[in-house]
Amino acid sequence: MTPDPALIRELRAAVGDEAVLLSPEACAPFECDALTAHRRRPEIVVLPRSADQVMEVLRACRRHSTPVVARGAGTGLSGGALPVAGGVLLVLARLDRILEVDPVRRLARVQPGVTNLEISNAAAPHGLYYAPDPSSQVACTIGGNVAENSGGVHCLKHGLTVHNLLELRVATIEGEWLTIGAPTGESPGLPLIALLTGSEGMLGVVVEVTVRLKPVPERVELLMASFDDVRRCADAVGRVIASGIVPAGLEMMDAPAIRAAEAFARCGYPLAAEALLLCELDGLAHDVESELRAAESLLRACGATAVRVAADAAERLRMWSGRKSAFPAVGRLAPDYFCMDGTIPRRSLAEVLEGIAALSREAGLPVANVFHAGDGNLHPLILFDAGRAGEVERADRLGAEILELCIAAGGTVTGEHGVGVEKLGPMCSQFGPDELEAFHAVKRAFDPEGLLNPGKAVPTLARCADYGAMRVHGGKLPFSHLPRF
Amino acid sequence: MDRDCTNELAGQARDATARRATLRIVGGDTKGFLGRPVAGEALEVAPHRGVLRHDPAELVITARAGTPLAEVENCLAAHGQRLAFEPPHHGPGATLGGTVACGLAGPARAWSGPLRDYVLGVRLLTGDGRVLRFGGEVMKNVAGYDVSRLLAGSFGVLGVLLDVSLKVLPRPPGERTLALELELDEATALDRLADLSRGALPLSAGAWMDGRLFLRFDGSEATLDDVTRRIAGEVVAGSNGFWASLREQTHPFFAGSEALWRCTVPPQAPPLPLGSPPLVEWNGLQRWYRCDAAAPVFAVAAAAGGHATLFRHAPPGAEVFAPLDAPLLRLHRQLKHVFDPAGILNPGRMYAEL
Repeated sequence: MTPDPALIRELRAAVGDEAVLLSPEACAPFECDALTAHRRRPEIVVLPRSADQVMEVLRACRRHSTPVVARGAGTGLSGGALPVAGGVLLVLARLDRILEVDPVRRLARVQPGVTNLEISNAAAPHGLYYAPDPSSQVACTIGGNVAENSGGVHCLKHGLTVHNLLELRVATIEGEWLTIGAPTGESPGLPLIALLTGSEGMLGVVVEVTVRLKPVPERVELLMASFDDVRRCADAVGRVIASGIVPAGLEMMDAPAIRAAEAFARCGYPLAAEALLLCELDGLAHDVESELRAAESLLRACGATAVRVAADAAERLRMWSGRKSAFPAVGRLAPDYFCMDGTIPRRSLAEVLEGIAALSREAGLPVANVFHAGDGNLHPLILFDAGRAGEVERADRLGAEILELCIAAGGTVTGEHGVGVEKLGPMCSQFGPDELEAFHAVKRAFDPEGLLNPGKAVPTLARCADYGAMRVHGGKLPFSHLPRF
Repeated sequence: MDRDCTNELAGQARDATARRATLRIVGGDTKGFLGRPVAGEALEVAPHRGVLRHDPAELVITARAGTPLAEVENCLAAHGQRLAFEPPHHGPGATLGGTVACGLAGPARAWSGPLRDYVLGVRLLTGDGRVLRFGGEVMKNVAGYDVSRLLAGSFGVLGVLLDVSLKVLPRPPGERTLALELELDEATALDRLADLSRGALPLSAGAWMDGRLFLRFDGSEATLDDVTRRIAGEVVAGSNGFWASLREQTHPFFAGSEALWRCTVPPQAPPLPLGSPPLVEWNGLQRWYRCDAAAPVFAVAAAAGGHATLFRHAPPGAEVFAPLDAPLLRLHRQLKHVFDPAGILNPGRMYAEL
């Protein structure tokens, strides 16, 4: 499709000639986000430098009824920033200024292109930090974090993005400014900040974000518990939490993940273990001290074969390094992998992990598990070789079956990576037509013409009808041979 | 006792839609004082009650909206857990649904975060009788728009809460309240609160009135002893009653029929020029005033960087909630239309146009 010359003129007037990219070579780097299986080269990329320029871009797109896809650093894992046909890709990376760090009110006001880690770095001189820490925090932007409601390893105690936001300044496709929330965290009207957070660029474009900063904890301790049985490890997760301890992070890895991480990071993981639990405690020194003693004896009582407490900060970071590099480490085991992202109630951890193992055997594709056990947020990594005939399809099918397992256990098809284009199908299993129609209506309330990131996050009912037809064969429920939990 | 009244409630909503009748949603009828008056037939949610699930290892409780808040709290207390945002009851009949719909939080709010931070999922009855399910019972869930948290503090204008899942937390190992009697004036007290909140102290409540500053800390005994040594204050015995009197507004400050204003402003905002001495809570973020309903409190709070609510004793016809600007109000109306197309649920409870 040839871009409309009048639109291009208006975009150039809005952001300047050099900030409108049209050539295939210039646009190519923006053809996908971190979900590289889906690619589409955009025809027009615009790179505004200010909030006002963002608004002018939106107004121009609306005048020409042209779709707009907002993009931060492109680290998203569900294709939320995948360009759409005939649309403009609105790259917010140049809005990268930290506008204010206020240690007294404990907040930072930043532009959307500021990276997650830059906020914590700017707050560090004041003994403060920004709590949500997605694994891509070096690169991912706060605007993208808001769009996806990003998590990380410390969510159970310190919350998701939505729990750490105070105010958003939003440009609507209708050409209006909205101030959502307030620096105090209390504002009149409906709590729209919750609705906007995680809305995947479907409702508005965030041009300024005010986040809450937290004091860096006085003391941090990390325990590593080894188990010779996955079920015992999974059960220990629930028992730690039921005991009244809320760990800052509670991460679990299975044998394939442990071995891959150890080979990659040389971090001292026990190679003979079937499962590993990393339990981080933070807070005031005395409180952490008593929690540490309680957690250590509890983990032993749960059948841990060994429990080690990191002796110092260096060892703690080394113990974390294996977990943090687990995805690339597992990635070395096969030419390709899919990273899934379902959440389940913690009580079902052992059953669902066994169910995943059974599905993996059936599909003939290995699965490694490394995940946020404290949140019940699974990240099964499906290993495959796209070069072998039929393997992509088998891996796709295995992924969909794993997500069905999560739904059956009372969970969700995406805990923190978002729906994007990747999980439109599974959304049809999680929600009925009435809920999906309500989501579409919510979008229309903000974006009557459907110009913002169209086709993402919420499947159409027609797509769900196709998905259902694909998944139900001969009137039988999909995978009816599997036990339901 | 425990009963699922989904079908009856949905029938009443459809019937009211057909008759173009408006409905006033009622749980335990404990917070009717808050908000603009609603004309309409009562839709009684209290019979729809019962705790559905509470597994202490999940840190989640799911209950029908008509479940008494006290029953929810007792259920949690039996396992050493609680609702961290300390919701006010404002009467013995308070229900879970009413609590979430009003979105109020108690003394711990400045440290626990608002009620909406704890909402994980809901089942919702729309104005036209649809029963929708949003969110779930898990900690992390980004499938679909987060409609469940949008309902926290929505005062029933979008729909009738049927079931609610909330995140719960363990009770702290201990709590201690210290009082600082320093003849503190308001400005000095606010400074002192700001100083205290900069340190790594385990504050969980703070209030100032009549020259006295009350601070609550939580943590292990060793932590609390540490704090007591560091803060030169007097340990207040039986302080639960004191904090409850603020949360439930049974403290003498709240007596009488003069208008009660709630201002939320940046904690460091200087004393507001409203004439009467406030009761300061939440580290200075929430300040209560007794002054005339006609006083320019909305404007004063806005000028200080916050907003005001005419919390109790609003005269007929008065606006209760701070005004929204035009684009935001339009968006509120469009969202109401999504869930309550005929506009029959609690019309006008928040704003005349909603």
